[in-house]
Amino acid sequence: MYDEKKLEQIKSSFVDWDENKVGKQLSKNPERKETFTTGSDKKVERLYTPIDTAEMDYERDLGYPGEYPYTRGVQPTMYRGRFWTMRQYAGFATAEESNKRYKYLLEQGQTGLSVAFDLPTQIGYDSDHGLSEGEVGKVGVAIDSLRDMEILFDGIPLDKVSTSMTINAPASVLLAMYIAVAEKQGVSPDQLRGTIQNDILKEYIARGTYIFPVEESMRLITNIFEYCSKEVPKWNTISISGYHIREAGSTAAQEVAFTLADGIAYVDAAIKAGLDVDDFAPRLSFFFNAHNDLLEEVSKYRAARRLWARIMKERFGAKKEKSLQLKFHTQTAGSTLTAQQPDNNIVRVAIQTLAAVLGGTQSLHTNSRDEALALPTEDSVRIALRTQQIVAHESGVTETVDPLAGSYYIESLTNDIEKEAMDYIEKIDNLGGAPKAIEKGFIQKEIQNSAYKYQMQVEEQERIVVGVNKFRIEEKDKKELLKVDPHVELLQKKKIEKLKSTRDNEKVEEALEVLKAKAETDENLMPFIIDAVKEYATLGEVCGVLREVFGEYEQSVIL
Amino acid sequence: MDKPIRVLVAKPGLDGHDRGAKVIARALRDAGMEVIYTGLRQTPEQIVAAAVQEDVDVVAMSILSGAHNHLFPKVVRLLREEGIEDVLVLGGGVIPEDDIPGLVEAGVEGIFTPGTPTKEVIAFIKENIKKK
Repeated sequence: MYDEKKLEQIKSSFVDWDENKVGKQLSKNPERKETFTTGSDKKVERLYTPIDTAEMDYERDLGYPGEYPYTRGVQPTMYRGRFWTMRQYAGFATAEESNKRYKYLLEQGQTGLSVAFDLPTQIGYDSDHGLSEGEVGKVGVAIDSLRDMEILFDGIPLDKVSTSMTINAPASVLLAMYIAVAEKQGVSPDQLRGTIQNDILKEYIARGTYIFPVEESMRLITNIFEYCSKEVPKWNTISISGYHIREAGSTAAQEVAFTLADGIAYVDAAIKAGLDVDDFAPRLSFFFNAHNDLLEEVSKYRAARRLWARIMKERFGAKKEKSLQLKFHTQTAGSTLTAQQPDNNIVRVAIQTLAAVLGGTQSLHTNSRDEALALPTEDSVRIALRTQQIVAHESGVTETVDPLAGSYYIESLTNDIEKEAMDYIEKIDNLGGAPKAIEKGFIQKEIQNSAYKYQMQVEEQERIVVGVNKFRIEEKDKKELLKVDPHVELLQKKKIEKLKSTRDNEKVEEALEVLKAKAETDENLMPFIIDAVKEYATLGEVCGVLREVFGEYEQSVIL
Repeated sequence: MDKPIRVLVAKPGLDGHDRGAKVIARALRDAGMEVIYTGLRQTPEQIVAAAVQEDVDVVAMSILSGAHNHLFPKVVRLLREEGIEDVLVLGGGVIPEDDIPGLVEAGVEGIFTPGTPTKEVIAFIKENIKKK
């Protein structure tokens, strides 16, 4: 970005500074460590200068916000126009309890909903299934049928709020229920705004709530893409997630690499199914983690945005602007929260919030201080939301777009992360794409290696985690923790029993049979799933039928 | 040197967070133990069957979903029903302090919460191993 002559001058003055000033300083006062690294173990130099960004071209590599390659953001005015959506992931126990929490959050100024489902729901089992024992209502709300979904959104106008649902393997079923609830409220599908996570590849990699084998799962996903492009056009049909990859222990660059590799696989699958890239690509969205290394995280988001734009344009020939834009949700890093001195987590979350905002996120969930111990209490959730509000209204970082651009370090790190991610994507291409790389265990193994290395660094005190391996105290205070009522399981079981005795079982049977027959063809399954849930077929029944036809995924365990 | 300690690392329940389980598995292996990892979504019955079949000295379970009070004691109970008394049973994950005494009483002798160094787990196993 500089003329040759000036650059030569800087190179020579840099050598001067390095040999004289730095040399002298080091002989008197050595630095704290031999090598310095980012949170993801990337080497960090003492100083970054124009030399590090010399190869860059402003218009080619950065450009303007809202313009290709979107390094500086997807909208031209960013937070000067409006803040990111403050969206706290919540849900526990029954639909009734969760409905109350949502209404509370909306009253507190939250601007979108984010539904957490319990594990049986996420794996397509009803609350009365044997494997659901002990899990009902624990990590999210239990949804067994449309009846629960009606209660969950009771009094919440679905044409006004946008709703994000963390649901993957049975995403089609929960989306079907959402469409059905909206219809009962008099809201048509084309008014609905929200997101389903619907990202099965990262379930195989890192999160674990898969049901069906790869090919059948990809079919369901492309069915959703196709259906929504026509019927639910404002719905984000997938949230391609690096969050859980990072939580499983990946580095920042691996998070970008594996997420975008998954993204490539979804685009490939949809194109193969006959869809036009510009018909579905505008509704793809992403989900990233926010860790503690502020500047590395900011660089990560910028790198991801630029790389995705280039992939969509160059690899897939997408033409619409919206197809090229990587829009993303962020959640602060659960894995960085400590069970020790949990109030310290408020500070960590504040740093992570800054990272997400300086990185240009479209929406954000901030974790609560007590989440290394249990689900958060209402007080803790309020502090987490207030953290976002303070960054939005008081910190000043929102007043100009992409304020860290042009920092030699930030730009250099952005380039570096993009490069490392590109190299990984090439490796994954050579293995036959993300699904094959997952099958071979390549991606899992890379993540495990990073996770293990990190753990050992903490144990050797090469990395300090405040309150865990340094600055520890004897903790005496009992913390107030949220307890999920153990009767939830029983309550849900009773609800299912009642449902099954009051619905029209013949119609349910019929709808499930049609669905089963259609699953064996190539037809889009969405309309038939919607028909079944409207008859109050349970989630377990719908997934059960699909399990019969599709079979189940077998995990490849690699240590 | 005696024969190496055999450990079954298991993920009972439905949660898919296996970072901890995998890190522990590798740390135990690096400490010279023989480690078998079950993979995700194991029922207590499956875990006990694997423990019997692999003739392990230790069963180390990890749960992050909150289902520990239900699933950990069930594994101990099923082990006892098989007549197995000399297997050391451990649990880890997001487990509130208040739940720990009950779990220990139920026979889950070591409970390790987030932030525990792997060295501590290794030392605990070496000190508390029951089979000779």
